[in-house]
Amino acid sequence: MRTNDVILKTATQLIIFIIIIFSIYVFLAGHHNPGGGFIGGLMTAAAFVLLGLAFDIDTVKKTIPIDFKMITALGLLIAVLTGVGAFVFGANFLTHTFDYFMLPLLGETELATALLFDIGVYLVVIGVTLTIIFSIGEDQK
Amino acid sequence: MFTTILVVALSLLSLSLLGSIYRVIKGPSPADRVIALDTVGITMIAMVGVLSMLLRTSAFFEVILLVGVLAFIGTVAFAKFIERGVVLERKRDH
Repeated sequence: MRTNDVILKTATQLIIFIIIIFSIYVFLAGHHNPGGGFIGGLMTAAAFVLLGLAFDIDTVKKTIPIDFKMITALGLLIAVLTGVGAFVFGANFLTHTFDYFMLPLLGETELATALLFDIGVYLVVIGVTLTIIFSIGEDQK
Repeated sequence: MFTTILVVALSLLSLSLLGSIYRVIKGPSPADRVIALDTVGITMIAMVGVLSMLLRTSAFFEVILLVGVLAFIGTVAFAKFIERGVVLERKRDH
């Protein structure tokens, strides 16, 4: 029987962008408000899982043509490098600092190096979640 | 006065949550249970909204949007499992 789920597919194409924008907002707001790399990564992974639900795993692999295990490794590498980078300035491992910069559109913004560590957490959470879910999904024939 | 109104609204919402949970336990078909679980999620969103007014904080607003997204994805996954038997297909046949 051929099923027609055009409503689900059309709604998904809209909702995915809302979820990803919300996850990026939660990720960037994590320094002063509730949020951070973990919940932002989970929301982005949820958006891609919704894409896999409405379409199929091949569509997700075509949309993001990157191996999710590579995303995990890249995130771990970034997180370790932010720790090692403190050695360059003669500080202890994982020493973080912040400063205020004038950015063109945002005005005076506080930029912390903890954001770089959070990017690593974000990528690791996306990679691990999607690897687990899509490995289980590909299990059946 | 305002606190009393919020507490009354919170107790009414918890009563409707109890009704939904009764339908989750009792529901004859799986579809009844899935819709009841979706209603539980929506009622929890309303309760978090009233609670954040009661506690005078804006720290829970992300939770509202998060539960909305998770309830939607969960309902879609359950609906696809009931209809097709699989949640994630490897390749579409149409």
